[in-house]
Amino acid sequence: MNKKNNKKYLASVYIVWMLIFTIIPLGLVVYFSLTDTNGAFTFDNLKNIGEYTPVFLSSIKFSAIATALCLVLGYPFAYIISKVKASKQTVFLIFIMLPMWINFLLRTYAWMTLLENNGLINKFFSLFGLGPFHMINTKGAVVLGMVYNFLPYMIIPIYNVITKIDKNVIVAAQDLGANSFNVITRVIFPLSMPGIVSGITMVFVPAVSTFIISTMLGGGSNLMIGDLIELQFLGGSYDPNLGSALSLVLMVLILISMGIMNEFDSGEEEMIAI
Amino acid sequence: MKKFLSKAYVAFIFLFLYAPIIVLIVFSFNNSKSRSVWHGFTLKWYVELFKDQAIINAFVTTLLVATLAALIATVLGTLAAIGFNSMKKTPRKFYMQVNNIPMLNPEIVTGVSLMLLFVYVGRILGGMELSFFTLLLAHITFNVPYVILNVMPKLKQMDTHLYDAALDLGCKPAQAFFKVVMHEIMPGIISGLIMAFTLSFDDFVISYFTSGSSSQTLSIIIYAMTRKRISPKINALSSIMFITVFALLLIVNFRQDKNKKGIIKKLKGSNI
Repeated sequence: MNKKNNKKYLASVYIVWMLIFTIIPLGLVVYFSLTDTNGAFTFDNLKNIGEYTPVFLSSIKFSAIATALCLVLGYPFAYIISKVKASKQTVFLIFIMLPMWINFLLRTYAWMTLLENNGLINKFFSLFGLGPFHMINTKGAVVLGMVYNFLPYMIIPIYNVITKIDKNVIVAAQDLGANSFNVITRVIFPLSMPGIVSGITMVFVPAVSTFIISTMLGGGSNLMIGDLIELQFLGGSYDPNLGSALSLVLMVLILISMGIMNEFDSGEEEMIAI
Repeated sequence: MKKFLSKAYVAFIFLFLYAPIIVLIVFSFNNSKSRSVWHGFTLKWYVELFKDQAIINAFVTTLLVATLAALIATVLGTLAAIGFNSMKKTPRKFYMQVNNIPMLNPEIVTGVSLMLLFVYVGRILGGMELSFFTLLLAHITFNVPYVILNVMPKLKQMDTHLYDAALDLGCKPAQAFFKVVMHEIMPGIISGLIMAFTLSFDDFVISYFTSGSSSQTLSIIIYAMTRKRISPKINALSSIMFITVFALLLIVNFRQDKNKKGIIKKLKGSNI
């Protein structure tokens, strides 16, 4: 018992580390968002955020669309690969994860060159006498960039959950007269809800706070929250107080969305338990 | 029919994921700055890449920060995981929640908050600027939670009596710790170390806010290059990085497969 109590002091260095590098920095974000440049207390920064409501709304909209697309594209894929031979599954998974290991700036850069007005996609269309289509620097390009970058984060958790579904449950459903469509919609889909929930969180959180994809693929016109924060710290409009207030709101936004998703998850689990 | 549709769908997703990367690699050999018209084969962009001192410096910085941060975070995280694991439920839960903050928070908020800390403390103490040192501190901070994430399950799986048994059999506490506990959780430590290294190596957002101009990482250089949008040197760089990662993944998986087969063979052997 005595030895066990000694062991817990092994964590003390890291506890101090967390205090200095996690808690205090977040405290500073709160402090800066509630003070002006002279350090006097003010609510002005938070009030000024009202001006940026359209940016917040469009960020949420873009990332919600991208998340929905990832789910629509990723779910069937996860389902299909969960059905192939086990040895093949590993290969598929490696190839899904491989792009994640490449710097995301390079991945996004690849799309920049494809979507250009005289890029390869337009070259392809011109073979059929179509186009050129204007694709780069549009809202669609931003959403595409998000889907491309975050699709694996949707596929992997869903795949993990589907492969863990008890085969007997499916057999039981079939025995009780469910056709394959019913098996998917009424057994597999509800049971894969935890994977869907973590997939949605894993796509939405990085998508809503991204600040590069929108500048690279969306031009300067489709500003997102991340870009706005970056501008206040390292960009043209230096204002760390406003930047902190924006970060604070972003953090709260994400906490709320995660709270909602968690609620959803536990609700489903209870349903399954019943 | 159904099978055909499934196959077509899988092919479509892989085309979507890989077409841009393949185009990128093909055009790294293009004898022109054009990114859509083929002008013949060349290796000149690769030659220019290796002549670019800024890129080489950034590569060294990236490698150095990823190695140091991963090693320090692994030591810190392993000790912390052992410590947390031996605590009572309430403090353990509390510390694990705090530990999860950097993983749950958007990267940009973590980056900005650390930048505020470094700049603010620098202003009070004087002299401290954003540098390699602040970059390293930031990387350690976001690496440790992932080390703990990998080590914690191994600690939970471990039979706690093993440690006591080692003591009963005459081990000193330090011996029992290194020979039994460390041995048991080693797979978790290794995967934590690898994960920390790759996260560090690939990180852009947090480095961008905490590195200052003196110690730029590869990601930051790539970002600066994409803003200019012209040089096929980026294509050459990404091809090299892609091939490296691909080769590493193949080797790791091949080795795992081999190990698995080895174990199966051993098991079969023992049955006979």
